[in-house]
Amino acid sequence: MTFSASDGVVLVLVIPVVAAAVLALLPGYRLSARLNMLASGLTFVASLSLFFADHSQPGNYLFVDELNIAFIVLNTFVGFTTSVFSASYIGHELATGRLTPTYLRFYHAMYQVMMGGMNLALTSNNIGLMWVGIELATLTTVLMVGIYRTHEALEAAWKYFILGSVGIGLALFGTILVYMTALPVVGEGINGMVWTVLVAHAARFDPALINVAFIFLLLGYGTKVGLAPLHAWLPDAHAEGPTPISAVLSGLLLNVALYAVLRFKIVLAASPGAVAPGPLMVTLGLVSLVFAAFMLYRRRDIKRLFAYSSIEHMGIITFAFGMGGPVANFAGLLHMAMHSLTKSGIFFAVGHVAQIKGTQKIADIRGLTVTHPALGWSLVIGVVAIAGLPPFGVFMSEFLVVSSTFAREPLLAIALVLGILVALGALFYHLNGIAFGEPTGSTAASDASYTPMVLHFGLVLIAGILLPPTLVTWFRHVADILG
Amino acid sequence: MAHGLTFDVAHLLAGSLVLVSFLMITQHRLYALLNAFALQAVLLATSVAWQANVQRAPHLYVTALIALVFKGVIVPVGLHRIIQRLGIHREIETVIGSGMTMLAGMGLVALSMTVMLKVTPTADPLAREDLAFALSVVLLGLLMMVSRRNAVSQVVGFMSLENGLVLAGTGARGMPLVVEISVAFSILIAFFVIGVFLFRIRERFDTVDVQALDRFRGERR
Repeated sequence: MTFSASDGVVLVLVIPVVAAAVLALLPGYRLSARLNMLASGLTFVASLSLFFADHSQPGNYLFVDELNIAFIVLNTFVGFTTSVFSASYIGHELATGRLTPTYLRFYHAMYQVMMGGMNLALTSNNIGLMWVGIELATLTTVLMVGIYRTHEALEAAWKYFILGSVGIGLALFGTILVYMTALPVVGEGINGMVWTVLVAHAARFDPALINVAFIFLLLGYGTKVGLAPLHAWLPDAHAEGPTPISAVLSGLLLNVALYAVLRFKIVLAASPGAVAPGPLMVTLGLVSLVFAAFMLYRRRDIKRLFAYSSIEHMGIITFAFGMGGPVANFAGLLHMAMHSLTKSGIFFAVGHVAQIKGTQKIADIRGLTVTHPALGWSLVIGVVAIAGLPPFGVFMSEFLVVSSTFAREPLLAIALVLGILVALGALFYHLNGIAFGEPTGSTAASDASYTPMVLHFGLVLIAGILLPPTLVTWFRHVADILG
Repeated sequence: MAHGLTFDVAHLLAGSLVLVSFLMITQHRLYALLNAFALQAVLLATSVAWQANVQRAPHLYVTALIALVFKGVIVPVGLHRIIQRLGIHREIETVIGSGMTMLAGMGLVALSMTVMLKVTPTADPLAREDLAFALSVVLLGLLMMVSRRNAVSQVVGFMSLENGLVLAGTGARGMPLVVEISVAFSILIAFFVIGVFLFRIRERFDTVDVQALDRFRGERR
């Protein structure tokens, strides 16, 4: 029996759904935490099988190509490591009484629904289904952001809900407009929403209508990417929810929304009369980068600090994809992967730190390398990596973005470098106190799980020193698809 | 002649949705706002049913039914109760005054007409006008969400925005997944309404803990 594309794709979607149903029924958090890990691990393995799948027959609803495999593998991998981190994180939350067993049951089920939603958005060949997947993932994260039920958490969840829904509404309007554009060309029915059909016929689309559609899609999904000035929900949602959720929000959900934008960018690029989507994305990306870089200085909450850093990096990635061309697209893809791994690794460390110190206030977290050497140095490594210093992978991808921009638009490159340097200064300004200041707060031993952190930072380090040639060939290929 | 009638009825219904949106953005009393919203939902249901009839697409009747029952009856009645329970029916919280809101609304409608009619010269005239009206309803809903601070009116603004989306979706001839999407949206709205409920309790009693609620009512065991 040969392995066909549909098996792997179906597994990636079915495992989270089944796991969610089982986890919703199971009492006992130890067992469900392990099951959560198992389900996430199995999904990751299933996603690896997509490499061997047959890509030639895209279905009307689901499909795989080089582009979405990159996203799915990254998505399921970080989903898996986060579930490992989450298992040790929630034990502590239960012990301190911030979460009750009932809420934990809900939490695990929602975690799987969220993974399922994201995988659905990534594997769908249908722009309506993609929208449904992103909506599902958003809804579940809203519920999880508010899970602590404190005033701040509910406020954050509400803000996320309202802004996220407006974004989702605009994206749906854009999706309807795309269908309307395709209507005269490909006819009524399902064809008008199948992405591969849309790309094949994009050359005959009415340019004016597809332009308007793209504006709606960019603003709608851009809200979910957290691009300034549509980012207002992001810092609150990151700061008030459980830390595993901050890790998946930063590392995964923002990518999924960006993936949706990229899919429509490809359609637009295939339509000759349409406006070039590049400059729009470059502008939004650059504004987000510079804005977030300056906002980093005045942060008082450690999770909020890294949330702004996520806005900054999503800005860089959007900028790179907006520039387009083989090198910039390659750099954007690499940066996206590196950012996901590094940022979720940082959130793993931050989660344990905040638990031990009992606070998220930067002013109260001092001298970590003295009180908790392993955790402290992990955080230092993470921040050095995310700030874009060698020998880590983020340095490599940022270097590629900057150098490819210098070759084409030197003025933009100057703004880009300025933003990156300002952010670097801010991160080190805060890191100095957090890691090397006069020790404060609890010195209790931590029961942290280091494996996910070590794995993430290790991968980022390896990527920085020596990118595996197969990965390079693969990403080059994907960069060509992106045009 | 038959085509003319089809067109006119669809036009009339879509146009009255926009009119009701105007009614909503200037409405300050919460009860009146809910009544206006229920009216809009009924109009939407009629409009969708008309589209189902015109396009010979029976699955659209499901969407119409959802709009009528869920948004025309259940949600307004539910919100009505919540407002009554929490005693907030007189709350007037607007960021901008009526006059300015009205002017801004007119500007938005003009904008959506100009944009949509300009970019769709080749499309089917029925779908084209529908889309222009739908965008107006969407933008007026957005305007309402930003010009109110009260959680209930924000939700109503969002639901009105969603009415515009359903109008657009059903106007696009033969669009698949419309029913599924309207169901997905209904779930979203249900979450919203529950959210408001918890949120308002939270503001009033300073907690969402049900036990604490019992304490406030003197029902603690």
